[in-house]
Amino acid sequence: MAKNPPHTPETGLWNQLNAWMTKGPAGYTFLSLYTLITSALLITNPRTSLFTDIVFVLFLLLILAIYRSRLDMRFKVGLAVVALGFVLPYFGTLNPYYIDVATQAGIFATLAMGLNVVVGFAGLLDLGYVAFYAVGAYLWSIFSTPQIGNMISGATPVGEGWFYLFIIIGLMVGGLFGVLLGLPVLRLRGDYLAIVTLGFGEVIRVLAVNLDKPINITNGAQGIKDIERPPLFFAPALKALGFNLDNNQLYQLFFYFMVLLVVLITMLVVGRLKNSRIGRAWTAIREDETAAIAQGIPLVRMKLMAFAVGASFAGAMGVIFASKQLFINPPTFDLLRSISILSMVILGGLGNIPGVILGAVLVTLLNLQILPRIAEILRTAKEAGLPIPQSFDPTQYQRLLFGLLMILMMIFRPEGILPEDRRRQELHDHDDEPVEGQA
Amino acid sequence: MALLEASNITKVFGGLTAVNDVTLTIDEGSIVSVIGPNGAGKTTFFNILTGIYKPDKGDVRFNGQSIAGLRPDQIAARGMRRTFQNIRLFPNMTVLENVLVGMHTHLRAPFWNILLRNRSLRLEEGKARDKSRELLRFVGLDDKRDNLAKNLPYGDQRRLEIARALAGDPKLILLDEPTAGMNPNETVEATHLIRRLRDERGVTVVLIEHDMRLVMSISERISVLDYGTKIAEGDGQVIRSNPRVIEAYLGKAAGHHG
Repeated sequence: MAKNPPHTPETGLWNQLNAWMTKGPAGYTFLSLYTLITSALLITNPRTSLFTDIVFVLFLLLILAIYRSRLDMRFKVGLAVVALGFVLPYFGTLNPYYIDVATQAGIFATLAMGLNVVVGFAGLLDLGYVAFYAVGAYLWSIFSTPQIGNMISGATPVGEGWFYLFIIIGLMVGGLFGVLLGLPVLRLRGDYLAIVTLGFGEVIRVLAVNLDKPINITNGAQGIKDIERPPLFFAPALKALGFNLDNNQLYQLFFYFMVLLVVLITMLVVGRLKNSRIGRAWTAIREDETAAIAQGIPLVRMKLMAFAVGASFAGAMGVIFASKQLFINPPTFDLLRSISILSMVILGGLGNIPGVILGAVLVTLLNLQILPRIAEILRTAKEAGLPIPQSFDPTQYQRLLFGLLMILMMIFRPEGILPEDRRRQELHDHDDEPVEGQA
Repeated sequence: MALLEASNITKVFGGLTAVNDVTLTIDEGSIVSVIGPNGAGKTTFFNILTGIYKPDKGDVRFNGQSIAGLRPDQIAARGMRRTFQNIRLFPNMTVLENVLVGMHTHLRAPFWNILLRNRSLRLEEGKARDKSRELLRFVGLDDKRDNLAKNLPYGDQRRLEIARALAGDPKLILLDEPTAGMNPNETVEATHLIRRLRDERGVTVVLIEHDMRLVMSISERISVLDYGTKIAEGDGQVIRSNPRVIEAYLGKAAGHHG
């Protein structure tokens, strides 16, 4: 069970410093300087290196600092817009690697928020969540490539302009699959539910592998390539403004902003659902099913709704992901991916939206940047003659380190990095003023 | 007028007849107690009324309509609410949220209004909050509305459960041992609150209770169950002098110690 930290007055040097830096004139100065320095360092050091990695992580943590600070809302929003809307994309045109990391972090943030609806809000453990992502990805992949001709003879791929419509279709088909998964598991709880959802995830993946005959729908293990990308409608405008970017950079910017938009919409939707009769009904079901029914909450409808809402985000994100990757195949959607998304939710703070986003960003950074970088440093050290056994290959141990981190997290902070804090949230609901003097 | 009519209810679990041909009529605006030794089938009877179990035989009519076979949430939505013998709050939700959940059946905002957070939604949520606060004031918990339910003292948890049940605007409220585990002071307060449910809010009350002083002081009618069968019915005077009731209680009491 998650512990609830008591609201004690802030003591200790760190807490005092923290309180001082997050409000008042010191807060404004600190955050402005933070943004300015990290932005300047990124833009002047665009080459991929350990130094840039560290600055990049610090830069992303800025968003967390902004969120946690108690400053004027307009200032906070403005600073976030500058950081995510201008600095990061500009930096991305200098080094495409980092903007791709940011885009992937956004994709996983959306998936984690979707899974959080099912696991965090409604308390239904789902180990097959990636299946819905696969459904969305295959949907666009099949319809936007000649693959559709294999399935329906004579059919031609839909044009690139259909991409936007397919995000909506992906949303709906994802939701539909959520209901399909939900129906057989309504009576199950806990371990049993987890096993069935795990099976469902595997079924979808195995279907993707095997549905190349008798009718070739998914092209089997070879996957689908040359997936259509959306039209770059904004390219002429950027050119007119004097930015000379190649197609790759343009697509990278496009997907970055697309994902950012979806993350914002998801945050809004999930946040609003959470503080509504629907979200409260989900939480009530998580807390005590019998008591929830006794309040007149229709269990079946509410559980199905949780599955559908959670799955729909994955469906929509699947469409964007397929279009971004240009190529998908079944192993992209294996069990490890589901577990990885679940670990983001738990690491960040089950049930808490900002926590879950933080979890997604941190795990993505760990997997794409931090752990490979540590492995590289160890390798360099080995080559430089440090006494590391020859048979020890640091790259092989990345997963081990990740596992170790998860174990340490669960021992020392089982409630996640940013746990749900209902009390504070309640207080924030009543007044729009920044609340002074509380943790 | 009869608000609830349970006729010839029978429920069998395996070889055990938990409730055997019980008929009970509850008039609107009354306070009625169901008593009986441990294991007499009182809670099973409550579970049948609220739809958690389906009766094997018999019918339940509530407010003129048959409700036997309806799901618990459908019965709750028709205005029958309950509390539980071993308190079942939503422990990690705040006091206010617990009451808001109780109001679920009265909130009608469509999905799209929630996503848009438009005027009609904000209006509905605002009203729901006001009403929840009013109910919390009624049971004396408004100043604790932002606490987590699990952090409340025992007596407060019992009162919160009643406030949550009231949030559904029930016609009938079933209280399963509302004073279990309370000290004498808390019991007096609880008795007062139960009476106010009926007098101030017009809710019909049925309670299962072991505290005979409470039962005798508050109930207009008492039904006694023993081994799943109704063995007596009437006002306090009648029950007190009924030889079968005395036998049922003393027989049991001699077996335990108390």
